[in-house]
Amino acid sequence: MAMLQQQQQRRDRIRLMLLLTPGLLWLVLFFALPLVIIVIYSFMTNDALGRVVYQPTLDNYITIFTQSLYINAYWRSIWTSVLTTVICLLLGYPLALFIARSPQQWRMPLLMLILIPFWTNFLVRIYAWQIILANNGLLNGLLEFIGIGRLSLINNEGATLIGLIYGELPFMVLPLYAAIDRFDFTLMEAAADLGASRVQAFLRIMLPMTMPGVVAGSVLVFIPTLGQFVVSELLGGAKVDYLGNLIQRLFLRANPINWPLGSAMAVLMMIVLLVLIMLYFRATTEEER
Amino acid sequence: MNDSIAIELRNVVKRFGDVVAVDHVNLQIRDGEFFSLLGPSGCGKTSTLRMIAGFELPTAGSILIHGREMGITPPHLRPVNTVFQSYALFPHMTVAQNIAFGLEMKKTPKAEIAQRVKEALDLVRLSGLEERRPRQLSGGQQQRVALARALVNHPEVLLLDEPLGALDQKLRKEMQLELKSLQARVGITFVFVTHDQEEALTMSDRIAVMNKGKVLQVGTPTEIYERPNCRFVADFIGETNFIDGLVIGRDGNYTVIETPDGLRFRGLATRPLSDGTAVTYSIRPEKVRLLAANGEVPIDGLAGTVLTVNYIGSDTRITVRINDRRTIDVWEQNTRSTLDRDEYWQPGEPAVVVCPPDNALVLSE
Repeated sequence: MAMLQQQQQRRDRIRLMLLLTPGLLWLVLFFALPLVIIVIYSFMTNDALGRVVYQPTLDNYITIFTQSLYINAYWRSIWTSVLTTVICLLLGYPLALFIARSPQQWRMPLLMLILIPFWTNFLVRIYAWQIILANNGLLNGLLEFIGIGRLSLINNEGATLIGLIYGELPFMVLPLYAAIDRFDFTLMEAAADLGASRVQAFLRIMLPMTMPGVVAGSVLVFIPTLGQFVVSELLGGAKVDYLGNLIQRLFLRANPINWPLGSAMAVLMMIVLLVLIMLYFRATTEEER
Repeated sequence: MNDSIAIELRNVVKRFGDVVAVDHVNLQIRDGEFFSLLGPSGCGKTSTLRMIAGFELPTAGSILIHGREMGITPPHLRPVNTVFQSYALFPHMTVAQNIAFGLEMKKTPKAEIAQRVKEALDLVRLSGLEERRPRQLSGGQQQRVALARALVNHPEVLLLDEPLGALDQKLRKEMQLELKSLQARVGITFVFVTHDQEEALTMSDRIAVMNKGKVLQVGTPTEIYERPNCRFVADFIGETNFIDGLVIGRDGNYTVIETPDGLRFRGLATRPLSDGTAVTYSIRPEKVRLLAANGEVPIDGLAGTVLTVNYIGSDTRITVRINDRRTIDVWEQNTRSTLDRDEYWQPGEPAVVVCPPDNALVLSE
């Protein structure tokens, strides 16, 4: 009996290994290995021709922490990501709530409307925003028509923010919708019945219970926003440097290109993300307790 | 203004689009009363309760709680608390936090909250479970937490929306008695919504029977059962024999009816009826007596043949065939514990049913 059981267990283990191997192999080859390379590069030296010289140094990190160009890019990207996440949350929560509370037959079509933009390439959509925001674009035409006159709507940080919020909003709405859809609205009636105003009921009952959706949405918005470079380049006019723009430039376009410094920036960005997200998780789960 | 009226509904109407859920309801619920709203699903009982709680506003009419017009007062400002059918406990809070919620909303001092939560838990016999989460509790325990969470606020009226619906039969019976005794102890007016007539009869001081948005009858359980005022109430509460016919006259206190197949019955009418009125005669099966046929048919008696005999433990339920188109059900209590069923009624045996007119009703629509 015990023998049979052991045999069974051994066979299960082999089967598990076989199933896991392709995925593990993929992750090691295309995720762990490049990551290790980046970490190693970040401690190497760059020569005048932009080649990586295998000479260990901390110079790259020192450069980042001492030159305002780099430090400012971190602050700007973090601040912009926080702003984007908060605005997406403020816009997305009522939107998700509205969809979740719509009659059953309307919910799927409304969700589809949220998803439809994904059918078009992101770059194309950002070019479309250029057309809308341009100095002689659609929006300015409208503003002039109603007598407000043309405004400078593109090639500034506001345009970057608009583009980011536009692009990331669906990633906020979908997890929020999933969380709100699971929420039992009888609980809101129960809270009202026990003397809670609408605001109190929302803060004490609905928000804590939909917090998993808030957390998931925020993380999904924050992470890509921190490293983005397309929106700030195409809508922001590349006037100020965000993290993504700097890293992209260091890897591809700087003269000379500087992979070690770019790697150091990328490694630091990852650390910043990890720390921020851990802090966020801690703060939001505390609320639930 | 009568001080002993806890809740008054005046001509309350609730429409959802074209559907009239509650149709000109007038009710007066007394202070300290266990009052049930009883009816089939969709009869408007839950809508009525939700309007008292403030979750819905009446389309027309007014609701008064202890003489105060509720108008558009939102639920959180009304002096009532609700026990929901699904309990609606807050899953992210402990039992103690759930119960404390209402007091916190009223900004009750912390020490008093702790004291009252403890008392409420004692009241529903859940002491020791303060730190549990709702999902760690059985259905019956969740039910008690929902009760404690409402009662801890000392509401003027407690509203209960089919609170026992999700419990199994045995637990349900236990909770019925417990709720009743709890209500007697705390002395709070209970308004209890149920579709279970037995539950309503067991627990209530008074019952309002509703159908299609209207209140058909308000009365004590005995009044509702013994003197239903219409065919619907007689049918919905308990079981009964219905016999359709026309009024042909009066005999002392009794109204006499005749059926199309020429049978005559005597019963009590709830109001004077003129000859020729189409009526329904109703007599409960346990009120009908069954006699062995001996050639004589007494007054109010009908000769027939035993059709089926069903032994169900406490009673034996006998169906007697009177003629081709008509049968009458008779329930006899099994007062003797005889195992020898051969001595009892046998199918095919001739018998006489007697319908005492004091226990029979003549109902008009």
